[in-house]
Amino acid sequence: MNCPYGVRRESQKNMSLLQVRDLKTYFYTDAGVIKAVDRVSYDLKEGETLGLVGESGCGKSVGALSILRLIPNPPGKIVGGEAIFEGKDLLRISEDEIRQIRGNRIAMIFQEPMTSLNPVLTIGLQIAEALELHRGFDKKGARGEVARLLRMVGIPDAERRINDYPHQFSGGMCQRVMIAMGLSCNPKLLIADEPTTAVDVTIQAQLLEVIKELTSRLGTAVILITHNLGVVARHVNRMAVMYAGRMVEVGPSVEVYAHPRHPYTIGLLASVPRLDQPRKERLVPIDGQPPDLIHLPPGCPFLPRCSRRMERCSVEGPELREVGRDHMVSCWADID
Amino acid sequence: MNDILIEAKNLSMFFPITKGIIRQRRIAEIKAVDDVSFFVRKGETLGLVGESGCGKTTLGRCLMQLIRPSSGEVYLEGENLCNMEAEQLRLIRQKMQIIFQDPFDSLDPRMTAGEIVAEPLRVHTKIRGNELKEKVAGLLRVVGLDSSMASRYPHQFSGGQRQRLGIARALSIRPKFIVCDEPISALDVSIQAQIINLLEDLQSEFDLTYLFIAHDLSVVRHLSHRVAVMYLGKIVEIANRDALYRVAKHPYTVALLSAVPIPDPVVEATRERIILKGEPPSPIALPPGCNFHPRCPIGIEACREEIPSLREIERGHWVACHLA
Repeated sequence: MNCPYGVRRESQKNMSLLQVRDLKTYFYTDAGVIKAVDRVSYDLKEGETLGLVGESGCGKSVGALSILRLIPNPPGKIVGGEAIFEGKDLLRISEDEIRQIRGNRIAMIFQEPMTSLNPVLTIGLQIAEALELHRGFDKKGARGEVARLLRMVGIPDAERRINDYPHQFSGGMCQRVMIAMGLSCNPKLLIADEPTTAVDVTIQAQLLEVIKELTSRLGTAVILITHNLGVVARHVNRMAVMYAGRMVEVGPSVEVYAHPRHPYTIGLLASVPRLDQPRKERLVPIDGQPPDLIHLPPGCPFLPRCSRRMERCSVEGPELREVGRDHMVSCWADID
Repeated sequence: MNDILIEAKNLSMFFPITKGIIRQRRIAEIKAVDDVSFFVRKGETLGLVGESGCGKTTLGRCLMQLIRPSSGEVYLEGENLCNMEAEQLRLIRQKMQIIFQDPFDSLDPRMTAGEIVAEPLRVHTKIRGNELKEKVAGLLRVVGLDSSMASRYPHQFSGGQRQRLGIARALSIRPKFIVCDEPISALDVSIQAQIINLLEDLQSEFDLTYLFIAHDLSVVRHLSHRVAVMYLGKIVEIANRDALYRVAKHPYTVALLSAVPIPDPVVEATRERIILKGEPPSPIALPPGCNFHPRCPIGIEACREEIPSLREIERGHWVACHLA
């Protein structure tokens, strides 16, 4: 009680590491303006794993890339909002400052390990780059650290493989290299953008286990972007569901899976066959087609496919509102 | 026995790896499909699962004779396809069609939806003019598309709609057998269920027989009557759907099933998982003995030396494992 440090540490644990408020990222194309991310807000606590779920084109990757200001401009532009990380607004700081954060405080793992590694540089050189840039290692010292990192992510015979090129690694091993690179500077936040979509289920299980084990050991917060509802269920404390650039449901994953409140989340969970349940005679799909982001209907973007639509939905789009403890939904309907 | 529609006997497909420019020497071969035998009954769906590179797509294409297999036979209603000439094969393809994985690559971007669906009819039948138009419109409606969409080009359709076009094209000449090569892997989750339901409806409406190739084990359970599991070019287990999902006998099948994450955090928290060590070996340099032994959690000495053959351990349940 009378130890201020203890109190501070305790409160820090519950402090949010990242606060995203009203993030808007638009793409200006010849065909029209694509609102890839539209007024997205969420919080991430220290050490927490947040799952960002949604279908292709829903804005989950663009939202994460926006935080690191990695949106190609033109055609893309971060139009508004803020992303407060360790007291700084990542969207407003200078280019030099954000470069100090990228790969250092916030690291990213991409979907395609084969295309995100440089094919003409050895694995060792690529990992050492971040170590020399952010952690002040010299060439010799970096080599030892690289070997340690490769061993940490479970690459056998690490010392020898430092000199190998990416094509000498399999897809799963390349993704391990990406994880080693991502964690090389002890980041506070790791953004994993569909890290296992390109690999097989048995390798997926290995990689997710490595990410989970290492980030919990290092106390790294994770934003896990995926479309796989099973992966979210296994690895995530809190999840956010996106549709057509908006956040439609946010909450603890146990709560969201047990009591989904948004018709889209409900539909998504009902449409996937599950191995642990008796086989259903028929699947219940979500009707209609994925949204056309250039021609979104006024009001709620899910409206054309929604089974619970009301008159109000076509007039004004719903905002996120609290429906349970830490559980938010953007829908006009009251669904229990 | 007459209820068997298509059967493969000792089917193998080895791709040569050559060296040298002028005199190409064969230095090794990739055993994509290695001595595989199985059958598909009329009206049934056989699910074929396995990880990428295990040879499931090659197997599907060998059945269709889109790649001529290196050895072995394929019988469609008793006729051996492997020693047929191209012209005979062209005729027999009215009975079998294929739906491809990628709905973006498998449709010609310069043809309209109507032309794409009409092409098999032009090749195989004498239907022309208005009758052809009506037939195409009918097919589009069957797969859940609007018949007015016939004049559109593929880029004007979404992924799910394109896959519907691919299905309409396969269906156009009323085949008996359709190879579905990962037809839903490229689609969004909310669209997958639509296509699965469509495939089921069409099967009962047109008496279709499917070979359903996929890597998603939950989808395969939903669609298939029987399931075959492939690992490195060989079928390691084949059984009725319920038998395979309830009591899988091959350690690879068991591991594969346990690796599938279940969309429920409460179930996942208590579920035990077998995480396989290592990665599949290269199909060029296969290990001696059982292909799976370097990763197998229960392997014994014999597995390193002797290749296990596919044995029937219970009625209709075949396993290639020394310990089953």
